Amino acid sequence: MLGKLDWSAIPFDQPIPLVAGGVVLVAILAVLAWVVVKGHLPYLWNEWITSVDHKRIGVMYVLLASVMLLRGGSDAIMMRIQQAVAYQSQGYLPPEHYNQIFSAHGTIMIFFVAMPFVIGLMNLIVPLQLGVRDVAFPTLNSVGFWLTATGALLVNISLVVGEFARTGWLAFPPLSELSYSPGVGVDYYAWSLQISGVGTLVAGINLVTTVLKLRTKGMNYLRMPMFCWTTLASNLLIVAAFPILTATLAMLLLDRYLGFHFFTNEAGGNVMMFMNLIWAWGHPEVYILVLPAFGIFSEVVSTFSGKALFGYRSMVLATMAICVISFMVWLHHFFTMGAGPNVNAIFGIASMIIAVPTGVKIYNWLFTMYGGRIRFATPMLWAIGFMVTFIIGGLTGVLLAVPPADFILHNSMFLVAHFHNVIIGGVLFGAFAGFEYWFPKAFGFRLDERWGKAAFWFTFTGFFVTFMPLYIVGLLGMTRRMQHYDVAAWRPWMIVAAIGMAVLTIGVICQIVQIVVSVRNREALRDRTGDPWDGRSLEWATSSPPPVFNFAFNPDVRGEDAYWDMKAKARNEALAADRPEYQDIEMPRNSPTGFVCAFFATIMGFALIWHIWWMVILGGLGAWATFVLFAWRDHDEYVIPAAEVAAIDRVNLEERRGLVSMAGTV
Amino acid sequence: MAMTATAGHAHADPHHIGLVIEHPGPAPKRIVTAYGFWIFLLSDIVMFSCFFAAYAVLVGQTADGPKGSEIFEPRYVAIETVCLLLSSFTCGMASIAADVRNRFWFYLSMSVTCVLGLIFLVLEFREFADLIARGYGPSRSAFLTAFFSLVGCHGLHVSAGVLWLLTMMAQVFAKGFRADILRRMTCFALFWHALDIIWVAVFSVVYLLGSGV
Repeated sequence: MLGKLDWSAIPFDQPIPLVAGGVVLVAILAVLAWVVVKGHLPYLWNEWITSVDHKRIGVMYVLLASVMLLRGGSDAIMMRIQQAVAYQSQGYLPPEHYNQIFSAHGTIMIFFVAMPFVIGLMNLIVPLQLGVRDVAFPTLNSVGFWLTATGALLVNISLVVGEFARTGWLAFPPLSELSYSPGVGVDYYAWSLQISGVGTLVAGINLVTTVLKLRTKGMNYLRMPMFCWTTLASNLLIVAAFPILTATLAMLLLDRYLGFHFFTNEAGGNVMMFMNLIWAWGHPEVYILVLPAFGIFSEVVSTFSGKALFGYRSMVLATMAICVISFMVWLHHFFTMGAGPNVNAIFGIASMIIAVPTGVKIYNWLFTMYGGRIRFATPMLWAIGFMVTFIIGGLTGVLLAVPPADFILHNSMFLVAHFHNVIIGGVLFGAFAGFEYWFPKAFGFRLDERWGKAAFWFTFTGFFVTFMPLYIVGLLGMTRRMQHYDVAAWRPWMIVAAIGMAVLTIGVICQIVQIVVSVRNREALRDRTGDPWDGRSLEWATSSPPPVFNFAFNPDVRGEDAYWDMKAKARNEALAADRPEYQDIEMPRNSPTGFVCAFFATIMGFALIWHIWWMVILGGLGAWATFVLFAWRDHDEYVIPAAEVAAIDRVNLEERRGLVSMAGTV
Repeated sequence: MAMTATAGHAHADPHHIGLVIEHPGPAPKRIVTAYGFWIFLLSDIVMFSCFFAAYAVLVGQTADGPKGSEIFEPRYVAIETVCLLLSSFTCGMASIAADVRNRFWFYLSMSVTCVLGLIFLVLEFREFADLIARGYGPSRSAFLTAFFSLVGCHGLHVSAGVLWLLTMMAQVFAKGFRADILRRMTCFALFWHALDIIWVAVFSVVYLLGSGV
């Protein structure tokens, strides 16, 4: 009836996950009770949960990423404390638990923090930058988000019911095969990634189609903002790489569930095939994450330097070059596994070549700043901090791309330091820069600058104090994933790293305080012009937050930096003197399809993990029925009458006239 | 597609000299939908190529079990192939019928497509059941694992296609040839033809090469 599920799945003997799970459960119930009692449920349902508005979905993505960042961050804190105290002792975490923590940390940070964060920002901003009303497939967008949330939910359920994988974030066989991991941990891992991977693929298809097919009049490819270009590159990679992940996980699951022999030791299975497949997805994945961050830095650096982006076309070329080359380097993840010197040399060189377009980008940002009027607002601080940090990470990456060096450094803490260097210094700093930069656009008020700067400095300092020691212990021979160790020389560095973690935590707290303080002072921080940073691209041409239809008229683009040109033009002529008549706007109707579908996917995923077959069938039928019901709708769209459009747009225009008359004086 | 000389606003965009194609604005829904579905199909083909790659890696790993030439039944596979290729033709007929809004020909060609798809599935199911009954199931060897997965993945797609086909017929029955229904019909047709292309690859790589003809 309940498959493998019984009371032994609840870890009554382990206080840490039980208490953590209990606290989270109580918090969720409290929030739910508050929502119901205060009568916010209809608002939440109508305005957010069933919303197909790309801006709302983008905000929910970022919210999901932020919550999961706290979860993945607490795993990181636990690991740093463990390694600081576990010198010639067992530390405070049992090995079983420690192995689950590092696996969960990696899985969560990549799939449920970095991915939703960048996808959320792309969702929020790209249609605005392209000057259009929504993404190509609004309802599908909602489905994609809710499936991602399903994956995150399943990972968190594993904290209390059952266990998580103890295999590392990529679940290498044969360790992840049934014979070595008989529990449900790997199943939690595989099904949550399988379900959220579908969501990611859907988002990728959606954004590629949006950028390629939905651009406002005059928005030629070489007039698109850099962020749209990097979004295109990143989502092309999603479309090309995520199916590989789907196939690989499917093979692993077939091995585990039906006794197939893709990756087993016996009957001719081939473990190296898993390495090849998983890294053929996993290496592009790194660029899926970092390319949007590059786009954010391009926007931020240009805006806060008051200059057009230097070398726009070389930037486009570099982006697309990275997009292509990132598919040709996956083998550098297993230099040491016997591919031979020729193969290693080719992949080593290909890996180093990626540094060339990346270097082009760095120089372009520096030259954009050169001679500009730089304003050191919080997003700009993150951008400059990124450049310093990322160069170090890039250089250690080139070092690791030398096969002989990799023979010494692979699987060491040096490697751990390297990829945290690029992922935190690149992706996370980019996400934070984008968060600070576009927050006023999403919510209509700016974030508190003082707390923002404090958060930056603590995070920046904390990052270096945490991860530079890891480079050193890596050179001293410490391997990754150690529960405890006996080498005295490593100890001081592990303690320094733990202190760095504490500083990083203060940075995170500052960021939370920043949001609370800003929400309290939102009247004082209100952005009435829609253009708080004196921006250059079209998202600043509409009000903050934008109306549901984004633009009353589709903008007509005449060059790069579309909004900057319009402002320049408007200083001479009156703003929008030659506006055509307002017209009715058709917008897609809200739909609970995404939420209901994810509800059934959660049931199905949970049932699959625990082998509850009747429930699997129920969940599958439910999801299918949801789509058929959706397909049966007669009215996909509702109409916003021209008068209402005019009323909304006139307010925005009035505010903006004030801005334009002032703009000449700044 | 509007072709305009840039002379009018060349000052705003110094890079453009001479004639450029001005972007006319967002594409119509019909094109956006089909375009997005093409991209999905490409991603699906990437997934299939993983199973093809796995098959190529594992084809020799028979673990003392049977080789391909010992278990394949060329006659069955030939009938399967004919069914699927014919169904692609009838699916094309259904698309044309939908374009000219002819209900009779639409139902007829969709029904024939459905029957041909079902015959294909029954034959494939019989092949699988027969192999498993002889002890040559997917857990016998890595070669059989890869064979069952690759061919079965295609079979699953055909099953989903049949389900979609029946839903499409019901949709046309209930809603008529509305614009959104026609868009879905375009996607379905693309899906069905793509399955055909993948089957040609399966037929060549697995059955033709495998039976050593």
